[in-house]
Amino acid sequence: MTASTETYVDTPLGKTRVWEAGTGSLVGYFAGYGGLVQWLPLLDALADNWLVKAPSLPGFPGGPASEGLDDHLDWLIAAHDSYTNSGLQTACLVGASIGGAIAADIAAIWPNAISRLVLVAPFGVFDENQPVADIFAQEPSVGLAKISNKPDQLEEWLAPPDGANAEDWAITQLRAKVAAADILWPLGDTGLRKRLARITCPTLIIWGEKDQIIPSAYAEDFAQGISGPTEIQIIKDAGHTVEFDQPVQVAEVISKFLLKSN
Amino acid sequence: MKFMWFHLMPYQELPDDFKSKHTSVWVDIDSKLFDPHKGHLLYNEYIDELRFAADVGFDAVCVNEHHSNGYGLMPSPNLIASALARETADTAICVMGNSLALYNPPTRVAEEMAMIDCISGGRMIAGFPVGTPMDTCFAYGQNPAKLRPRYYEAIDFIQRAWTTDSTFSFNGRFNKQRYVNVWPRPIQKPHPPIWVPGGGSIETWQMCAEKNFVYANLSYFGHLSSKASIAGFWDKVRELGKEPNPFHSGFLQTIGVAETRAEALELYTEPANYFYNRCLHINPAFANPPGYATEATVRAKVESQVLRAAEVSRISSRTDQADVFEKGHVIIGSPDEVAEQLRGICQEMNVGHLMTLLHFGNMTGDLTRYNTDLFARKVIPQLRDLFEDQWEDHWWPESLPAEDRAQREPSRGLAAE
Repeated sequence: MTASTETYVDTPLGKTRVWEAGTGSLVGYFAGYGGLVQWLPLLDALADNWLVKAPSLPGFPGGPASEGLDDHLDWLIAAHDSYTNSGLQTACLVGASIGGAIAADIAAIWPNAISRLVLVAPFGVFDENQPVADIFAQEPSVGLAKISNKPDQLEEWLAPPDGANAEDWAITQLRAKVAAADILWPLGDTGLRKRLARITCPTLIIWGEKDQIIPSAYAEDFAQGISGPTEIQIIKDAGHTVEFDQPVQVAEVISKFLLKSN
Repeated sequence: MKFMWFHLMPYQELPDDFKSKHTSVWVDIDSKLFDPHKGHLLYNEYIDELRFAADVGFDAVCVNEHHSNGYGLMPSPNLIASALARETADTAICVMGNSLALYNPPTRVAEEMAMIDCISGGRMIAGFPVGTPMDTCFAYGQNPAKLRPRYYEAIDFIQRAWTTDSTFSFNGRFNKQRYVNVWPRPIQKPHPPIWVPGGGSIETWQMCAEKNFVYANLSYFGHLSSKASIAGFWDKVRELGKEPNPFHSGFLQTIGVAETRAEALELYTEPANYFYNRCLHINPAFANPPGYATEATVRAKVESQVLRAAEVSRISSRTDQADVFEKGHVIIGSPDEVAEQLRGICQEMNVGHLMTLLHFGNMTGDLTRYNTDLFARKVIPQLRDLFEDQWEDHWWPESLPAEDRAQREPSRGLAAE
């Protein structure tokens, strides 16, 4: 595992945690549903080649409170603040799931802020013909199996580590889900479709072949909507949490994409 | 003690295999199960039952709001309440209530409730529930992360709309309105009494205690599961240094009265079975969207009634009905037995408004009237005195005196002439 550091940067909403590892060109990372409760193997794999910085979004673990955010504009401004205040101007930004929806919007609205974009099974678009699943209405017994191809390992990753207060840990995860609901409820549609054409930077779109939340066919939707050059990589044996299910493979395709577009 | 007659208005034709063939009575219930002709008959029967309850002497009739729900056919309780305002003369009409966060702007609620208060001559109780997650977040698509702040803002909005005597602007977080000017105005001043149906939400206890709203615990599982919630409310009342006036609270209990307990068992087992096994067959996936329960409530580990209903419905079977009666989810027995139990429960929980569920599940109109009539004639008189000598009910509608009420012109049947 790569040595990582934790710092806190100021944003208008409050202190924001930034996890950092590796050396080289800057790669930003916006985490998926649930946020980063612990260090992620994908970040290790990326840190072998890049300087990875993962700022926390409001409501997610390490982020400031999200209760005061009223609408999507507030969310995007807060995310942009987290991104830039952690020193990520003009970097490559990787966003997974809900973080992907936000990353795509930042690329669309602040095109100079992002040099290259990697979207990992992003939310943000809803197609009635192949609807996004209701991630918020999952029976506890089937929830993780629905989102990951490795539900047991995901459960272990989400469990409180030794010495952690189990109740506080659960509340931290609950806040992340509340933040996700605030952004995505009820359909996962953030209105992103009409802004996709504003994305002009090279964009890699990664999807888990067995994604049961957002069908992998959405990859084509995103590719068609985005104005910049796009590339799609469908990863086998991976569900919605493709970055968790196949971290090495995902890091590889990201690195290849970044080297190529460099 | 006040006695209120509550109708859920369940659909009565859910099939025998509903539990095994369908995933939920709520949110995504199969729309093909609804027969509008049956709906016509049920609505009219149910309104007759509510009128009957008023006729035999209940202090109030109660309606409530549910959406996409096989056990509650009142997406708009205001429609039924307005019919009852004409069908009844002296009984209070408890609209329990309108899920405020669903109405943007909440002007509509302020207007409709003012209309009901005017039509009824000041007999309306204004119920302001947050609403269940199934109704609000899933059936109506409201964001659970914003549901409660929307709800609190709507309460402020409506109270201001009812009490401000000139047109005003409202610049809220969720509602922005240049001109708020509710016409008509409610008869009751400063406004109809506000009641809040609640479960174990700590914020609800606090709000009701602070703002002097009635806290009404609507339980499907009897007093044993309500005790902790009602005690939590009284703790907040005490913390604020207020008097523990029993009329500051309400409690819903399902009840089946007969001449004997044996007869009650025979009469009410089937409706109880229908209610607990079909009406409460809820998909637990809909019970707890993120943000619906506040952090304080989660930390306090307060159990959600809906989640409990979902879990109970999954594991229970017809043979568990004895448990339903033994544990007091449904109180059954002779009038004396029922009165004795209720006296103990109401005293123990210090509750002055008893909301009775005397129709439940697939009860017929005849059985409902039998149950209602026996309760009114033989149970109410045994309990009427409770709390009355010590406490005043500040939360009851103050209607117009009889001499000031509208005289209704009887139908002259002109079309038949």
